[in-house]
Amino acid sequence: MTTATVPAPSRLEAGAPRRGLAGRIVDRLGSGVVQVVMVVLGLFWLVPTLGLLVVSLRTTQVNNAEGWWTVFTKPAELTIQNYANLLGSGFTASFWNTVLITVPTTILVIGIAAMAGYAFAWMDFPGRDTTFLVVVGLLIVPIQIALIPVASLYGGAGIFGTIPGVVLFHVAFGLPFAIFLLRNFFVGIPASLLEAARMDGASEWKIFAQVVFPLGKPAIASLGIFQFLWVWNDMLIALVFADTGNQPMTKYLQSQMRQFGSNVDILSSGAFMSLVIPLVLFFAFQRYFVQGMMAGSVK
Amino acid sequence: MTERLDGRQAPPADAAGGPSTGPAAPPSKKSRLGPSPAVAIAFLLPAALLLGIWVVYPIVYSLFRSLFDATGQGFVGLGNYATIFTDSGMLTTIRNNLIWVVVAPIVVTTLGLIFAVLTERIRWATAFKLIVFMPMAVSLMAAGVIFRLVYEENPDRGVANAILTTVHDTFSSAQGYPEARPREGDQSQVADQNGAVVTKQPAQAGQPVLIPIVGVRPEFMPSDAQPARAPAAGDGLAGTVWFDFTPGGGGVNGAVDGSERGLPGMTVEAVGSGGEVAATATTAEDGTFQFEGLPAGSYTVRLPQSNFEASYGGLTWLGPTLITPAIIGAFVWVWAGFAMVLIAAGLAAIPRDALEAARIDGASEWQVFRKITVPLLSPVLLVVFVTMIINTLKVFDLVFIIAPASVQPQANVVALEMWRVSFGGGGNQGLGSALAIFLLILVLPFMIMNIRRFRRGDS
Repeated sequence: MTTATVPAPSRLEAGAPRRGLAGRIVDRLGSGVVQVVMVVLGLFWLVPTLGLLVVSLRTTQVNNAEGWWTVFTKPAELTIQNYANLLGSGFTASFWNTVLITVPTTILVIGIAAMAGYAFAWMDFPGRDTTFLVVVGLLIVPIQIALIPVASLYGGAGIFGTIPGVVLFHVAFGLPFAIFLLRNFFVGIPASLLEAARMDGASEWKIFAQVVFPLGKPAIASLGIFQFLWVWNDMLIALVFADTGNQPMTKYLQSQMRQFGSNVDILSSGAFMSLVIPLVLFFAFQRYFVQGMMAGSVK
Repeated sequence: MTERLDGRQAPPADAAGGPSTGPAAPPSKKSRLGPSPAVAIAFLLPAALLLGIWVVYPIVYSLFRSLFDATGQGFVGLGNYATIFTDSGMLTTIRNNLIWVVVAPIVVTTLGLIFAVLTERIRWATAFKLIVFMPMAVSLMAAGVIFRLVYEENPDRGVANAILTTVHDTFSSAQGYPEARPREGDQSQVADQNGAVVTKQPAQAGQPVLIPIVGVRPEFMPSDAQPARAPAAGDGLAGTVWFDFTPGGGGVNGAVDGSERGLPGMTVEAVGSGGEVAATATTAEDGTFQFEGLPAGSYTVRLPQSNFEASYGGLTWLGPTLITPAIIGAFVWVWAGFAMVLIAAGLAAIPRDALEAARIDGASEWQVFRKITVPLLSPVLLVVFVTMIINTLKVFDLVFIIAPASVQPQANVVALEMWRVSFGGGGNQGLGSALAIFLLILVLPFMIMNIRRFRRGDS
């Protein structure tokens, strides 16, 4: 600021009127171009999903005969037949399996990670900082590393192919992110609050359950939505650890991929069903979604 | 400088809307009435058990397992790792991963930056951000189905090729007349020559050149074709290309009859005696053409073969050549929103004064962007870039779903190959473990980077 003080006034005076007029014209032109570019880009991001929706609302014969964009001239061809057909197929069971896997995982991750996060943030124990660095390191371990070992463990324990097996795998791999997020949030709780509670002789469990956990709601909401979406959308873990009777939607739909052409009706409507709940959650809780994402990236 | 993680600084969780009552009071040892370590261990136990059994133990197990063969009995040393770097299918896989790692993070980060900057200049920024960010909530499986539909090869079904062919046809006037051929025979003025149509006799200026064509399929007949017209004998080399077929019969072969239609959009060449193309013209709606600025002399008139090729049908997105770029396109679609939101947050944190001061000093928008915005954003850009590298290394679902079974060998990536080898019919868990360790080694530098950065930021 100080360096610019001397020459600035003259330059400002000389340049201001010209810049005002020419600048405004350039800005208008520029903003027009920007508007058009952004509309085109927005369409690029919107059209693929729109295509899926329209395809899912037309019969296989119509889809094979013409592109989905002809819907604008022939809206009469729309039908919910594909969705009605889904009800009688294996899709319904897979939808419930997805729910049965996702909900317990999310609850378990939140509970277990909140306890660990509280311990890391507000308790002293030997090796605490090193242990937490290990958690930071585990943040990006590829799940491929655990597929073979855990499959053989599950074989021994008799839970291979079951929903509890899938849930436990998800919980374990959700924990590093969850602990990281919550610990960093809990650290920001004013120390005086906790100390007052400890002075009053409250047990650690009571402090955790009645002070820390309620105060952590914003971070827990972020974590919850993230964890929910992550498990809801998973395919790899399901492919390995869920057998056909326990398979979630992703695995069920994957099994229909081989005959893509003839299964477009099931695949499009099933894929759209699978993304309705994530999209609703996303639009309802986008604030938490974004916050969780920001807090999760190590800065 | 201790390595305590007490969070003397504002922790990253501040971004998550943490208690914002100023900087958090550092919990120091003295003022703390901490519980005994036994209580701490009780709180940590469930997490420690899960992480130990499901994450840490498997790393050790995989390391050992990768040294054994498919049966798990025969020790092969580093043999599985040697396979990764010698087997030709594996090398394709590694090459693909290399393409992914080099291309995808750059494209995603650049697009995210462009989006973040441009959204500041539109009023409907929130709507735009929601649209671009939305794919983040969608499963990669569903994204895969979405892009299988986008990339369908038939331009009447796949929207990618529909756009390409529309753009192509808008800019290229050349019309395709597949299967059309010259009217052959002794009486005919023209003949077929290696797929092109040429006049049998050299043509001169002043004599109209007649080029009768037959076998034009109705679906390729342009709707704007007008009744053919023989050019008046005048100056310059001119002529007519027309569909020498009178609907309902009648008409004289080789002559322009009233009800016959011209063939618009044909490329016509005047070929000199040496075989060189002296001039090029395109037929009008009534099939007539005229060469401009052609020196006097005699020329052979030729319709090159390109006139008789099928019209442009777009690209084979899901074929062996384009499959990896096509899937990277889907990946960019999924992740650009993530980059945009993170970078936009970084952008919002840049002090406006710095930008304004530079503008007042006469810096152009581009200079401000290059010299101030980007350097100030570099920490965020790095976070996005590194996150994308890690994501590309782990990419699995998109390749598995978008690449048709027959093209999967050409689209293969390490994460997918690991699954295929161990569970998807390969039956070789030794090699699978080696691939998993290979993947872990690839992300190891970023793991160390995360730890270092965290220590720096938090102590």
